[in-house]
Amino acid sequence: MSFWRAIAVGALVAAAPALLAGEIPSDARRSGYAFMGPDTRAMQDDDTANPGMLFVLDGEALWTKKTGSAEKACADCHGDARSSMKGVAARYPAFDKALARPFTLDQRINLCRANHQRAAPLPYESRDLLALSAFVAHQSRGVAITAGDDPELKPFVAQGRDLFMQREGQLNLACTNCHDDNFDKRLAGAPITQAQPTGYPLYRLEWQTLGSLERRLRSCMSGVRAQAYDYGAPELVALELYLMSRARGLPMETPAVRP
Amino acid sequence: MAALINVPAKARRGDIIEIRTLTSHIMETGFRHTADGALVPRDIITSFTCRYNGAEIFRADLFPAIAANPYLSFFTVAKESGKFEFAWIGDNGYTSTASAPITVE
Repeated sequence: MSFWRAIAVGALVAAAPALLAGEIPSDARRSGYAFMGPDTRAMQDDDTANPGMLFVLDGEALWTKKTGSAEKACADCHGDARSSMKGVAARYPAFDKALARPFTLDQRINLCRANHQRAAPLPYESRDLLALSAFVAHQSRGVAITAGDDPELKPFVAQGRDLFMQREGQLNLACTNCHDDNFDKRLAGAPITQAQPTGYPLYRLEWQTLGSLERRLRSCMSGVRAQAYDYGAPELVALELYLMSRARGLPMETPAVRP
Repeated sequence: MAALINVPAKARRGDIIEIRTLTSHIMETGFRHTADGALVPRDIITSFTCRYNGAEIFRADLFPAIAANPYLSFFTVAKESGKFEFAWIGDNGYTSTASAPITVE
């Protein structure tokens, strides 16, 4: 009997590292910035060369523009974004008590438009929505990410983690297979990063525009030939929440530039 | 449209200064099609000029292969205090202007 028990214990010990793989220790977490070449870094660092700043400028103009049937601007309630919005994006997606689920910064902006400005929601990935969320998130540049700290978010973080670990698509790959197990290596010449969402919405040179984390997640999903979730789907929000909680402590970079 | 201009606020007479400009534009090539096969019409910036106190010091022609939100950087000699004026002209009657002051000592 003890022989079989020894084999069972041995098998468990051998399986343990595989079970634990997937969590990057907090001191080893690195932003996508650390994986880029010097040219792209220089573009992000210089606010007059970073194309994401064009959207931040647009967002600043929208912040003070009255809209909707309530004839209210964001600034009429929130005042100067430099103080009122500082650190806000670092804790999104956040839990909404009324809806009893987490929602993203983009969804929060549209909730505000519906409830307070009485304006039509901005479509996902539209220029105005990206500009507003870039402007708001830009106020948190340098602030450490704290998303997912709310205890009510726990089941949603767990759901996001499950989705991150779950294989999907014709290529049968999970997010973790690249971003936990194989970062620092290359995929078709491009560096594989740790998937730390520190700079969203960010300017991707490939897109030639600003894009949200949801757009990024959806393009990874089509990359593994899976059916991507729709914009705003609870699964995407949960994934976004898990990724932000996984990046806990890293500083925000919005608007980041990525290749 | 939004533009970001980087001109040194101060320079010494005779200094070579770098001017950097970034402007917002989709630069649609005119070669792409929508999912249902319709051609997306060309919409690009075709010309950029920079004037220094009224005199043209730099001009560039832009073409469909240039990326969205064109970034241009060039050099000039700081001669006198005054103003740099920038103009972008493009398809469908697009025009955009910006300016930046400089103090030359």
